[in-house]
Amino acid sequence: MSIKFKPPIGKFSRINGKCISLVGDDIDTDRIIPARFLKCIDFDSLGKSVFDDDRKTLKGNHPFDLETNKGSSILIVNSNFGCGSSREHAPQALMRWGIKAIIGESFADIFYSNCIAIGIPCFTLPKESIKKIQQYLNIKNLFLEIDLFESTAKAEDLKFDLEIKETSKKMFLSGEWDATSKLLENADLIENKLNDLPYIKFNTN
Amino acid sequence: MSKDTLFDKVWDLHKVANLPGGSDQILIGLHLIHEVTSPQAFGALKDKNLKVKFPQRTVATVDHIVPTDNQSRPFKDNLAEQMIDTLEKNCIEHNIKFFNIGSGNQGIVHVVAPELGLTQPGMTIACGDSHTSTHGAFGSIAFGIGTSQVRDVLASQTIAMNKLKVRQIWCENKLSNGIYAKDLVLHIINQLGVKAGVGYAYEFAGPAINALSMEERMTICNMSIEGGARCGYINPDEKTFNYIKNKLCAPQNENWEKAVKWWKSLESSDNCIYDDVFKLDASKVEPTITWGITPGQSIGVNQKIPSLNEIHPNDKFIAAEAYEYMGFKPGQTIKNTPIDVCFIGSCTNGRISDLRVAAQVLAHNKVARNIKAFVVPGSEKVAKEAKEEGLDKIFIKAGFQWREPGCSMCLAMNSDKLIGNQISASSSNRNFKGRQGSPNGRTLLMSPAMVAAASITGKVSDVRDFINK
Repeated sequence: MSIKFKPPIGKFSRINGKCISLVGDDIDTDRIIPARFLKCIDFDSLGKSVFDDDRKTLKGNHPFDLETNKGSSILIVNSNFGCGSSREHAPQALMRWGIKAIIGESFADIFYSNCIAIGIPCFTLPKESIKKIQQYLNIKNLFLEIDLFESTAKAEDLKFDLEIKETSKKMFLSGEWDATSKLLENADLIENKLNDLPYIKFNTN
Repeated sequence: MSKDTLFDKVWDLHKVANLPGGSDQILIGLHLIHEVTSPQAFGALKDKNLKVKFPQRTVATVDHIVPTDNQSRPFKDNLAEQMIDTLEKNCIEHNIKFFNIGSGNQGIVHVVAPELGLTQPGMTIACGDSHTSTHGAFGSIAFGIGTSQVRDVLASQTIAMNKLKVRQIWCENKLSNGIYAKDLVLHIINQLGVKAGVGYAYEFAGPAINALSMEERMTICNMSIEGGARCGYINPDEKTFNYIKNKLCAPQNENWEKAVKWWKSLESSDNCIYDDVFKLDASKVEPTITWGITPGQSIGVNQKIPSLNEIHPNDKFIAAEAYEYMGFKPGQTIKNTPIDVCFIGSCTNGRISDLRVAAQVLAHNKVARNIKAFVVPGSEKVAKEAKEEGLDKIFIKAGFQWREPGCSMCLAMNSDKLIGNQISASSSNRNFKGRQGSPNGRTLLMSPAMVAAASITGKVSDVRDFINK
């Protein structure tokens, strides 16, 4: 990690980058970042520990260690990626390693919302398309240009129509994925709603 | 689209606004925090120059990193000490109620909130922990969030979220003797798969669910997330109300009647609409054990590990990975598999009723040679109650180590870890690769009663052979 990490800020509509493929279903957040690395009070040093157990097991042959994948920023995965624990450390570790967008067959719910909340768009493609990309990556490098507005990913000889939840897409195009300030705009509504809740009234102790 | 379910009613009640992007702004009635997923959220508040908006709606405890052998401060592990210290400081600075070690109310956040009466029907409950779904057992809408959303809840008491669909899981008939809530939920996850719940809230219902105690219901809702559902719930009934009554934070005096009246109005209406319904026969559930690396890879104790051609095409890849990691052969029986470590505890099965059932199996028995067995009560209250009943003595006499409350080897953030490729019989919730602290450690999930049985024989056993004698 010689280059200083810069988190995404504000609205964006394009992501260009080299793809890295990680084959496997149900890859859980314990595998993305084992629990021992959660003993920290900031996210700064997580990038180097991403997939630590899997990488040690594969002794340099894990996709995140291969020389050819250096500098990749678009992660290609299979189904139910990010299942398990709600630890935001998982997408934070991926982001700090260099991942800016993820394309997969499907994502676990909490992992998906964590990605959106920190500015990593997650797109889905059918199983066959993912397979095609992963096979392509077995042979040569793939650079994709992702256009969020059009929901497409293009390379010289490939084009995919990506799927992304409309709400997530709008959040990136408007910059509202960083939700706090938007939520605080409704301060009065929040206060009224809270005071109206039946259980606020009968839980007086 | 679902209509008039408990989920719809509670969601609508807490909806503050439609956000411009199309998601809903949802008010969080109860926010629970712990030491692992909150420090960065407090840090972000500081960066944005924001305060905790409604500090009285957030409650803290410490659970993930606490040692279970010696809890005197400072902790031996400097990083763990730094985390508890940071939480203490944040709670003081922001005026947040903190149930610290020694308070009598510390423990796993999902054990503590219900036993304090904080968890009530009709609430929205969020916590930076995926097992927040546990609280749905009371008819609340409870789900795990990440640290950025913890920040949002601290700052605004709300989050941006898309409404979930609702699937009812109808459990017909009743569980047989020696079969527990853990077996039922493992069976449900096996039947539906670990991805089926993505985008859904699960409503657990039917005679088999109604017959469960509140603690058993918590076990069911706790593992909703293992089936992919961020949220699982059960309609509240008399058992729910009786459990809450007289708890420290329960509504008191004239407020109690008002509360019960409102709680009764929340249940899914007779003519409500679900997005999906799944039915199963609970009387067919066997003592269930995982053999693989996802909570969906489970079988009955007397069944064989499925071969690749018995597995759905979509699940073959992960099954092949599981055979290799676990060192099991397709077609092999799971019964009599030798065990190295037995762990009873966690937010899934670390409550008093879990300890009672395990102690019943262990009474007049001894843990097999070469087995490391330990029990970690879910909270200080559970530990106290267990000691009053003499359960600690039964465990210790049998050869278990009796520990202090915490999450412990469920996720192995403290020093309780598997070593090498040890196999654990574990009452916890995840059998992921490396989950219990060793990169090649292996976890077999099962009920606390089954863990107790395994500890006696030193191998996977059918608990019915012990209790039906």
